Amino acid sequence: MLPAVLSGFILALFAPLICRVAGDRCGWVFALLPATLFVWFAGLLPDVMANGAQVVRYPWFPAMDVNLDFLVDGLSLMFALLISGIGTFILIYAGGYLKGHAFLGRFYVCMLSFMASMLGVVLSDNLVTFFVFWELTSITSYLLIGFEHEDVKARASALQGLFVTVAGGLALMAGLIMLATVAGSYSLSGVLASEADLIGHEWAVPMLLCILAGAFTKSAQVPFHFWLPNAMAAPTPVSAFLHSATMVKAGVYLLARLNPALGEAQLWTLLLSLFGGLTMFTGAFLAITHTGAKKVLAYSTIMALGTLVMLIGIGTHYALVAFATFLIAHSLYKGALFMIAGILDHETGTKDVAEMGGLARLMPVTAIAAAVAALSLAGLPPLLGFVGKELMFEAVLEAPAWQRLLPVLAVGAGIGVMVAAGIIAIKPFFGERRETPKHPHEAPLSMLAGPVVLAGLSLLFGVALFIPEQTLVGPVVASLGGVAQKVHLSLWHGVNLPLMLSLGCLLVAVVILRFWSSLQPQLAIVRDGLGRFGPEAGYFRIMEWLTRIATWQTRVLQNGTMGNYMITLALTTVGITGFTLFTQYGLPLRLPVPDSGFAAGIALLMVMSAFFATSTISRLGAVAAMSVVGFAVALIFILFSAPDLGITQILVETLTVILLVLVLFRLPGFTRMSSPLERGRDIIVAVLFGSLMTVLILAATEVQFFDPISAEHVARSVSDGHGRNIVNVILVDFRALDTLGEIFVLALAATGVYSMIRFKAEEQSA
Amino acid sequence: MKEANTLILRTAALFLVPMQLLFSVFLLLRGHDEPGGGFIAGLVASGAVVLFLFSYGVSATRELLRVDPRDFLGVGLLIGLASIVPSLVLGQPAMTAQWWAIPLPGGDYYKFSTPLIFDVGVYLTVIGSILTMVVGLSESEESDA
Repeated sequence: MLPAVLSGFILALFAPLICRVAGDRCGWVFALLPATLFVWFAGLLPDVMANGAQVVRYPWFPAMDVNLDFLVDGLSLMFALLISGIGTFILIYAGGYLKGHAFLGRFYVCMLSFMASMLGVVLSDNLVTFFVFWELTSITSYLLIGFEHEDVKARASALQGLFVTVAGGLALMAGLIMLATVAGSYSLSGVLASEADLIGHEWAVPMLLCILAGAFTKSAQVPFHFWLPNAMAAPTPVSAFLHSATMVKAGVYLLARLNPALGEAQLWTLLLSLFGGLTMFTGAFLAITHTGAKKVLAYSTIMALGTLVMLIGIGTHYALVAFATFLIAHSLYKGALFMIAGILDHETGTKDVAEMGGLARLMPVTAIAAAVAALSLAGLPPLLGFVGKELMFEAVLEAPAWQRLLPVLAVGAGIGVMVAAGIIAIKPFFGERRETPKHPHEAPLSMLAGPVVLAGLSLLFGVALFIPEQTLVGPVVASLGGVAQKVHLSLWHGVNLPLMLSLGCLLVAVVILRFWSSLQPQLAIVRDGLGRFGPEAGYFRIMEWLTRIATWQTRVLQNGTMGNYMITLALTTVGITGFTLFTQYGLPLRLPVPDSGFAAGIALLMVMSAFFATSTISRLGAVAAMSVVGFAVALIFILFSAPDLGITQILVETLTVILLVLVLFRLPGFTRMSSPLERGRDIIVAVLFGSLMTVLILAATEVQFFDPISAEHVARSVSDGHGRNIVNVILVDFRALDTLGEIFVLALAATGVYSMIRFKAEEQSA
Repeated sequence: MKEANTLILRTAALFLVPMQLLFSVFLLLRGHDEPGGGFIAGLVASGAVVLFLFSYGVSATRELLRVDPRDFLGVGLLIGLASIVPSLVLGQPAMTAQWWAIPLPGGDYYKFSTPLIFDVGVYLTVIGSILTMVVGLSESEESDA
């Protein structure tokens, strides 16, 4: 399992190399990986169908309950299959779409890491690793959306997507920590099996809201839906992947995953079905107001995401079956349609469907694939999309909450996507032949393979319903908390209410489609009018305010005077630490007396040098005096027989003096820039800070919460650490994780200093 | 900063720098049992390079190092992380120390271990961060002058 998740990252490392060697065929080479993974995941299916969920464990830091565990059940396996299966075709397609692009290698690096992160999201059992992979999808998708980084719009869209999803990610982190604390386990399987009362707990409401914030932003639910259509700035293969199987489905996956644990909560049901329903309707409405092929598809994705979230919220057996079916259907047709939109764009040179027409004769294969996939999008028989939509209507009609509202929204959305499907499949391919900027041809095999296979599967699954029913839908329903044996899919349910609703939708959609060309401009006006009050306007307002606050804060806190920074830091520390110290422990007043004349001498030396450092007007003198203090500290270490610390202190002091001398050269001559009043203020702050540190150290030696662990370290240094130098054994063995963190901080600090010096130098030379 | 044009410093540096570098390796290798270790050794090694820099100037130091000081950072961190791999491969909790006795000529053994690999990572990172700062600062001074 670990190789399966990590292989994508590893291959990403070599992607530029492979691109150089394989040239135009590199798409096919890369596709081998997801194809292999697909076969491997498919091989796990029978086991999961027979035995249910399994957890594959890789202990990592078991003492801290950080494990790299993978949860394999119907739900995660279905997602893994979709990601690897659709990923295969996307990678092949990208090879054709971006043929000859200068940064193809870079593209595949991002794409493969993105795919691997997504696999990590759906397979992780540990909440921490889940979250890390979750954030990785945000970061890699940011790189992918902004891939054409010379385009201002692409950069802005990428940043917008990142802000929205990462803001949600922060909320999610809080939510997951609450969840883990309440459930008493950091593993998903542990949370699902937890006996704790998750819903009745006093944290239940904030926990739910935080988790939902994360899932809703990721899955582009109203009011966070605006980032998704903007993400269309990405190259088409990315959009296709982002929309069909990955990224936005991560939020849906999380909700589905937690449904068995939290689904009973009334708040969960209410929020999910309401926001899902609204998103479904909004997406469908916005879809038909656009003429760009990718935009129409993007909004229909929002509709689908809304539907999925709503179905989880409804949570009845029908809803869960509908969820699984709709999800598979959507992934298949959406992947196909996006790739077709890319083909159209690629071959005609325009993205606007209103400018296309009569392409069916020139590109028959594309036209057929588009027609099949669009029929599935519209939800017409005999495609899988039809089954999904009928089940969705069925579920909506028996929803436990918002029963009056949801069916109305569902019918509205149903009409919307049918029109959208018509716009995509009929407008460009049929009717009068129109002149386009480029003369279109049938697309190359690499670009056709994906749409044809995915559209073919939509049809195959629709006709042979037993295939998805037993292999995918059943296990998914089982892992969502339903009963797999009760799952039965069929195309014909008899003449019932859902069928009537579908027929009604179809009639209205045909009428709208007939007049769409004249209707669309008016719809666009309505949309733009509403948009002024919409969430995207809110996003811009928030960003504007954020900048303003940041500017103000920088002006106040970082005004460029070193003295001000010091005062702020010192006073904040004195305030917060001092308050805690005095309220918690009072004043420790037992002053220790130095036990030897030697120690007293060192102390005197330190005090004198400190005074000299503050009163001298020579900078070099001050530096030297400060280093005397430092060397005196080293002497104290040696006095207490800690040679390692002493050596380190001496070396650090030496290098500090060198660094300071290098900086001193750059300073202008010494002048008095402060008034006596300001100097008085500085003295007060300095005295306060010094006193606090003294008291703090006295308190630290006095207050002992636990027995010191140093005795344990000493005792186990030779036996467990194989070393007699305890300091080193602690650094590189007992507490190596801390040291690892510290060297990363060290490297970061050095990089920070370097860039500060560098930018300064470049500014001056420019 | 112009390199100090003093014959004594330059001549002394030629002898001191290699010895100090050797001493740093000595400190690094014995660190587990005697005073020393990656952090101290890294500081000593950076001290040696800084001494060279003071006597021969930045461009000569860059030639001596052959790689950008920042590369030490990346390599050091990577080696630090790589020391985790053996424990993972053996299926133990990450960062479990592994010990191998390497026979030395003369019938003795050297204790080679993942903590030592980790310490080498610390050593390089310390060198990298100090040199990044010092070389950066001296270069910006030269560009000012």
